[in-house]
Amino acid sequence: MATTTPIMEVIDETEATGHGRPPVSVIYDWITTVDHKKIGLMYIFYALFFLVVGGFEAILMRIQLAVPNNHFLSPQVFNQLFTMHGTTMVFFVGMPILFGFGNYLIPLMIGARDMAFPRLNAFSFWISAFAGLLLYYSYIGASGLYAAGSAPDVGWFAYAPLTAKVFSPGHSTDYWTLGIFLSGVGSIGTALNIVTTILCMRCEGMKLNRMPLLPWIYLVMGGLVFVAVSPLTAAQIMLTLDRYLGSHFFDTQAGGSAVLWMHFFWIFGHPEVYVLVLPAFAFMNEIIPVFSRKAIFGYPAMVAASVGIGFISLGVWAHHMFTVGLGPAGNTFFVFSTMVISVPTGIKIFNWLATIWGGKIILAPPMMFSVGFLFQFLIAGLTGIMLSAAPFDWQLGNSYFVVAHFHYVLVGAILFAIFAAFYYWYPKVTGRMMNVKLAHWHFWLFIVGFHLTFDFMHIPGLLGMPRRIYTYEADRGWEILNLIVSSGAIFQAAGTLVFVYNLVSSYFKGENAGHDPWDAWTLEWSIPSPPPSYNFAIEPVVSSRRPLWDIKHPEDQDSEYE
Amino acid sequence: MSSLHVTAATGTLFSPTSIFDPAGTPSHSIFGLSMLILGVTFAIFLIVGGLLLYALLRYRVHPGDSEREPPQIYGSTQIELSWTVIPILIVVMLFLTTTRVILGTESIPKPKQALDVTVIGHQFWWEYRYPGLGVATANELHIPVSDPSQPTPAYLTMSSADVAHSFWVPRLAGKMDVIPNRVNVMWMDPKEPGLYLGQCAQYCGTQHAKMLLRVYADSPADFAKWVEQQKQPAVTSFPGNAAATEGQRVFLHSACINCHAVAGTVANGRFGPDLTHLASRETLASGPIPNNAENLRKWIEDPNAMKPGSLMPAMHLNDHELDVITAYLTQLH
Repeated sequence: MATTTPIMEVIDETEATGHGRPPVSVIYDWITTVDHKKIGLMYIFYALFFLVVGGFEAILMRIQLAVPNNHFLSPQVFNQLFTMHGTTMVFFVGMPILFGFGNYLIPLMIGARDMAFPRLNAFSFWISAFAGLLLYYSYIGASGLYAAGSAPDVGWFAYAPLTAKVFSPGHSTDYWTLGIFLSGVGSIGTALNIVTTILCMRCEGMKLNRMPLLPWIYLVMGGLVFVAVSPLTAAQIMLTLDRYLGSHFFDTQAGGSAVLWMHFFWIFGHPEVYVLVLPAFAFMNEIIPVFSRKAIFGYPAMVAASVGIGFISLGVWAHHMFTVGLGPAGNTFFVFSTMVISVPTGIKIFNWLATIWGGKIILAPPMMFSVGFLFQFLIAGLTGIMLSAAPFDWQLGNSYFVVAHFHYVLVGAILFAIFAAFYYWYPKVTGRMMNVKLAHWHFWLFIVGFHLTFDFMHIPGLLGMPRRIYTYEADRGWEILNLIVSSGAIFQAAGTLVFVYNLVSSYFKGENAGHDPWDAWTLEWSIPSPPPSYNFAIEPVVSSRRPLWDIKHPEDQDSEYE
Repeated sequence: MSSLHVTAATGTLFSPTSIFDPAGTPSHSIFGLSMLILGVTFAIFLIVGGLLLYALLRYRVHPGDSEREPPQIYGSTQIELSWTVIPILIVVMLFLTTTRVILGTESIPKPKQALDVTVIGHQFWWEYRYPGLGVATANELHIPVSDPSQPTPAYLTMSSADVAHSFWVPRLAGKMDVIPNRVNVMWMDPKEPGLYLGQCAQYCGTQHAKMLLRVYADSPADFAKWVEQQKQPAVTSFPGNAAATEGQRVFLHSACINCHAVAGTVANGRFGPDLTHLASRETLASGPIPNNAENLRKWIEDPNAMKPGSLMPAMHLNDHELDVITAYLTQLH
């Protein structure tokens, strides 16, 4: 059946935004908006700001670690930096930037005019933004009456009982706890919105099995946020009760359990990895087919693999605790569940490979970063298999090998996918193309820096270097490796600056993009760039997974094959 | 600067703490497993990475290619089944091998001749007690070499006095966390005498970085000699050494004894390291500082200058007191 509704034809009516209005009115507009696109963009800007902050913290740490027994930073400052770096990057960069893309793209891709709960959406954004500011306010406000410390210095997983009042006086840990708690409230609100929107707001004809993979994966991600963030948020309340009302959940001096906190944290912490990496998969599922000029290979398997990863990821958390002494039965179970998750993950890689195979690959900037993603995610997955074997983890756990492994996931895979997504959807958001030459500079600087830093970071871990040490002894054979690791940070910082410059300058000077610069197939490319506030003048009707393919190829309808 | 030399650590492969240079049974079985997994994952990397690279080069579009879209292929049940089943088989193989190593380390009976050691983690140092032998020491663990025909592994029963720590000496065994209100056990059986290095592997506060581990594997004769010496109470009379005699008096009348123990005297504090045989140890402050008179004096004068964040306070002793206490402590062989 052919698509009958002329969804390519839209009323060309661009909004009178910005130009000629007083700045106060523009700011008021952004603060009070409930438009999913504006909220999405605010999430992204806020995350980019914290990305630069967290990156700066990383650079300070790498200067300190470039040579042994360095005195650039005191141990107290170093410990605060890695705590803030980890907390910032996970809660105030990773989650908000992915929520931002989800907010912006999901309604456009499923043919809806907004998210299901626009006011909840605005609330979730502002509460998360407040949480980030609260965390950083600790630098000013945390010393309190005790005048002890400022920013939190308990590590991003804040193991008990280091967070107890006796080991962490002052208020720095309270700022951390409240920041995480409020960010959790915002995340749960946004996840609720994402799940409801996807389940209830799809346009006519878009059955679940015709939905693009991006909303499919965000559906899984939203479900995971419910299950994962709730225990973390509960644990923050328990910790606060311990600190102020004399309860003993984690107070080992009074019979509490340090291991209980680890369980609470990692039942959040591991699904959280998938909360972050699933949207990266989602971007790849949209970008790789368009730049290979082929439909995604094995759509049903991709959906099944995503849902499978969602479920299995809830049963692997104690692989972060192989060294806690769970005993052989517990260790064996979590070895198995962790290794099993590599099967659906492998299916995804193979399906991307098959999508590329026989296609016509166009190495535009989004695809360059996607290629980086594919190789780096492959390596990250393989080092993950090494860590899943508990005895190997008894050596590698909490060493720099683990730090290298999860940065391979977070930077090599997720951040590369996010860069790809920026280059891919920037024309839709702004109506302008990003500068290709600068994109090449960004890509090459960043990929060289990434590999200098994170390839070499594996080796000190194999040579016995634990993480979270502010300095190290000179006789351990770690010096040259750490110097190389630190030098890579310079390239990554330079690449990021080029990227930010490109984001800004292309907004003013970029070529006009038009509706559909990539000759793509999903609904967001059927409307003007930037999209009008109501998104779709006429609600679209779809009859396949690639509605724009059907329009462009009336003789070769997707619906014939699905 | 230092008059005594810290014994050079053994270890050959790039680093004295390499996991690829195992010197005991647990680390050796992990080494075997890690080689298998590295081999399998490297093979997967070559195959999948090679196919990716081939596809990217082969199917890259070139200027002048036709504008036609390539054939659209939506999937293939046979191919997808094969790349589901083959990984499952690899997972099963790796899982079974891993399980064997887990059981071989965690579920084997303890030999009769095993040595029991109690390990207590503190911010930021290690307390060691030998319950069968009546020895208490700190920061430098002595265990006997274990002969495979008559194994004498050291069984470490571990807990923490404050926050979570982790005991990691890579050449001897994988790490095991040292957690308050919880008892963990690990064992190690060095085959060769020597010094094995490591350090705390769980973030435990300000000076996590300088909570180093030193394990001395002694020949059975050396170990017996060491035990015999450590069992003795501390020296209490210093004929002909007026400074040490005065130092002992100052020490025993100052707040030092609230935290430190010296067996055979009234000093029986437990918060800091046992000092009964301090002079027999090669390092101070849990490993980073060579133990000599000059460093010891500087350490007592202001521990935070040498190890910022150390919980030992500066006692505001005058120069004379510092001199005599140092003279006393250097006599505690």
